[in-house]
Amino acid sequence: MAQQIGYSKKVMEHFMNPKNVGTMDDADGHGKVGNPVCGDLMEIFIKVKDDKIEDIRFQTFGCGSAIATSSMVSEMAKGMRLDEAMRITRNDVANELDGLPPVKMHCSNLAADALHEAIKDYKRKKGEIVEEEEKPAGHTCEHNHNHCDTC
Amino acid sequence: MERIFLDHASVTPVDARVLRFAEPYLAGGYGNPSSLHSVGLEARRAIEDARVNVAALINAEKEKTILFTSGATEANNLAIKGAALRNIGKGKKVVSSAIEHMSVLNPMKDLQKNEFEFTTVPVDSSGIVDLEKLEDSLTKETSVTSIMYANNEIGTIEPIREISEIVHEKGLYLHVDATAAAGRIPIDVQADGIDLLTLSSNDMYGPQGAGALYVKTGVRIQPVLPGGGQERGLRSGTENIFAIAGMGEAARIAREEMGAESARLSEMRDNLIEEILKIEETYLTGHRTKRLPHHASFRFSHIEGESILLLMDAQGIQVSTGSACSSKTLEPSHVLLAIGLKHEEAHGSMVLTLGRSNTVEQVSRVVDAVNEMVDKLRKISSLGKE
Repeated sequence: MAQQIGYSKKVMEHFMNPKNVGTMDDADGHGKVGNPVCGDLMEIFIKVKDDKIEDIRFQTFGCGSAIATSSMVSEMAKGMRLDEAMRITRNDVANELDGLPPVKMHCSNLAADALHEAIKDYKRKKGEIVEEEEKPAGHTCEHNHNHCDTC
Repeated sequence: MERIFLDHASVTPVDARVLRFAEPYLAGGYGNPSSLHSVGLEARRAIEDARVNVAALINAEKEKTILFTSGATEANNLAIKGAALRNIGKGKKVVSSAIEHMSVLNPMKDLQKNEFEFTTVPVDSSGIVDLEKLEDSLTKETSVTSIMYANNEIGTIEPIREISEIVHEKGLYLHVDATAAAGRIPIDVQADGIDLLTLSSNDMYGPQGAGALYVKTGVRIQPVLPGGGQERGLRSGTENIFAIAGMGEAARIAREEMGAESARLSEMRDNLIEEILKIEETYLTGHRTKRLPHHASFRFSHIEGESILLLMDAQGIQVSTGSACSSKTLEPSHVLLAIGLKHEEAHGSMVLTLGRSNTVEQVSRVVDAVNEMVDKLRKISSLGKE
């Protein structure tokens, strides 16, 4: 089945044994993206120290690649400086997972966005002015009439 | 790890007895059934024997009411387009339920291009067709009404006799897609009052590549594949003798063993349902009692179907889901939406369909695996934590 969907070994490893699952009561930053109507909702919690991501946790409702990308992005961002972490793209996450099936690239590869939201939340809390990044083309999972247009 | 295949609604493995029976026909020693020489006659005989067995499975009034096709999709197309176009003088309206298989819904939609009016009749939350709305949607101009015998995703068995009365009261044709039901529950086209009925070989342990359409004596349809005039001119093309002979043998075995097998499977089904519904925020989809004997289907709050399927597969258990992520269209199952589930609810569905290879001993392993899977995914999930 995994082969049929087209998941790499690495995706399956992260899906079967996801890293950094959980929540954080005292998170410094919290990001949430997606929509359960679409089938994907990701939340990332971060703890920041000296401008670095000291700890990270995630919670994800979604398919195999939604869970795998969440786990992967949490591993990538852990210990990273915030400005570096802001530069992690969806493609970086997919590449680290040895690729994702094309249909999953735009649909459930939202983990980098959740990470960026968590970092922005941290900065806002500190009183910094946060520039809104442009939404990546091709996917925002907007809902009209309770229906997912792009997923 | 022992494999437990619980996806018999998608395909039933060919029964070893069927394979043994039909194998000689695959080897090609049996000629073209249209040839008049002795080799051709042997092929003809194999097809006619299969026709007798398929007719008997559904208690058809005559063998020749059975037409062999390449599968259920072709039989559904032939029934719907064949009846609608042949009876176009009557009117240009067609009706089906909202939970039909795509091979019924799409030919219906195709007819809209020929200016047919297509009405879908809603179902209730257990998947039973709304009989009042059905009656309201039928007019003298309705050339064919198609309602499935039982649904493959939620297992619900439709009240076909009542539906037949409603349709026949208005003097109209009823087509019934019995792909999911045939060989599993008794079907009697005469007592049920069915004009056209679709059967699938590979849904009753026969080979892929054969299906059948029952056409009641006197019901008028036209071919959708004109050609050399095989199958009473209604389905041209050289017959797939291997698949047809296999389908005949599969029908014979199904008829003989149906009583005992459905009693065995329904007991396992009931155990699965009872145990799995003990999991919090877990719901049965489909009707609790008007249900196919081998069919158990659920939805779990807060988790998603592709993940469900992958985790079950990792434990050696093959299941299916109506989640958008596992569909070609990336839309959740139209059946689950038609019974009133929200998108996010439909994403968390799981379908277990039992078959001949399953044993009572497997039930507890499946229940353990489902518990473990739900627990794991809910721990990861961002939903249901408030």
